[in-house]
Amino acid sequence: MELKSLKGFQESEKYDPRVMEDIKRSVLFTKLEQLKAWTRTTSLWPLSFGLACCAIEMMGTGAARYDFDRFGVIFRASPRHSDVMIVAGTVTAKMAPVLRTLYDQMPEPKYVISMGSCATCGGPYKEAYSVVNGVDKIVPVDVYVPGCPPTPPALIDGVELLREKIRREARGEKVGQQ
Amino acid sequence: MSQEVLDIIVKKITEQKGDEAIEEAKLNFDEPMIILDTKNWDVKTAKLLRDDPALAFDFLSCITGVDYEEHMEVVYNFFSTTKKHSMYVKVKTTREKPSVTSVESLWKSADYMERETYDLFGIDFPGHWNLRRILLQDDWEGHPLRKDYVTDKKALGLD
Repeated sequence: MELKSLKGFQESEKYDPRVMEDIKRSVLFTKLEQLKAWTRTTSLWPLSFGLACCAIEMMGTGAARYDFDRFGVIFRASPRHSDVMIVAGTVTAKMAPVLRTLYDQMPEPKYVISMGSCATCGGPYKEAYSVVNGVDKIVPVDVYVPGCPPTPPALIDGVELLREKIRREARGEKVGQQ
Repeated sequence: MSQEVLDIIVKKITEQKGDEAIEEAKLNFDEPMIILDTKNWDVKTAKLLRDDPALAFDFLSCITGVDYEEHMEVVYNFFSTTKKHSMYVKVKTTREKPSVTSVESLWKSADYMERETYDLFGIDFPGHWNLRRILLQDDWEGHPLRKDYVTDKKALGLD
C-alpha cells in the first residue's frame, strides 16, 4: 500500500529520509480482517476426532514424519478449543447426530475438512444401509480431500487450500459455493 | 484327529437325541462340522458339547447368520482351549419364523453375537436375556442383511 494515501502520512516526503527508511522497513500496514485471517491460518487447531481408516492417515500426518505441528496444526481434545474439524472416515446414520453436536460445540469461526471419499460422498459404502452419503448433509464443508484414504501430503494440501480460502475471504473475495 | 473328534461328536449327540438328529456330519476344511435342525438344537445339546470331557468346547469364537433364501442358518464356531480342537455347528431354521435356541447361558460371548445376528437377520433367540438391537438404532425397520431387504437411502434420509 502506498504510504502517502494513508491518513496522517500525506506529507511524508517532508520527513527525515532516515525516519522514512525505518518506517518502510519495520511497519506493516494491513486490514484488521486480513490480520485476523493471518493469525487464523497459522494456528488451525483441529479436533481429535476420527471415524474410520482415514483417521489412521490423519494420525500419520500428525506424527513425526509429516509433522502437522510445523504448520501450526495442533490436535485438540475438546471441541471448545478447536476451530477446524477434519471429518476423517465413514459417517454412519448413528454417528451423524454426534458429529453435529461436536460441530455445534465448536466456537466460531469454524471450518470443516471432509477427508476421504466416504466423508465426501459415501465412497464404497454408497449403497450401504447405514452410511450417510456425504458429511455435507450434516455440516457445511469447506474443503474436500479426495482419496481412499488420502495420503498425508493430500491432507496437508487440503489444509493449505483451507488456508488459502481463509485468506481470500478476508480480502473480501467470494470463495466456493454458498 | 479331526475325524476322531467328529465321530465322538456324532456318537454323543445321537445317544442323546436319536439317530435322526444330525442331518449331516462331515469334515469341512479339515474341521468337524454338523448340520442340525433348530428343533434338535437346545441348551442340553450345547451343554453336552461344553461339558463332555472328551469334547470340552469351552470357547465360542464366532456366530454367523446366513440367509439362503429357502431357509436360514446360524453357524456356531467352537474351540476347545484344553483339547485344542474346534468344530462348527450349523443350525437350520425356517425363513418365515427363524428361531434358534440361545446358548447365551452357557457361553457369555454368545450375548453380543446373538444380538448382532438378531439385529441384522431377524433370527429370534429364545432364552436370551436381552435380545435388543445392538448396531442399528432401536427404531430401525427391517433386518438389512436379509436377501429381500430393499435399501432405500432416500427414504432413510441418508442420500
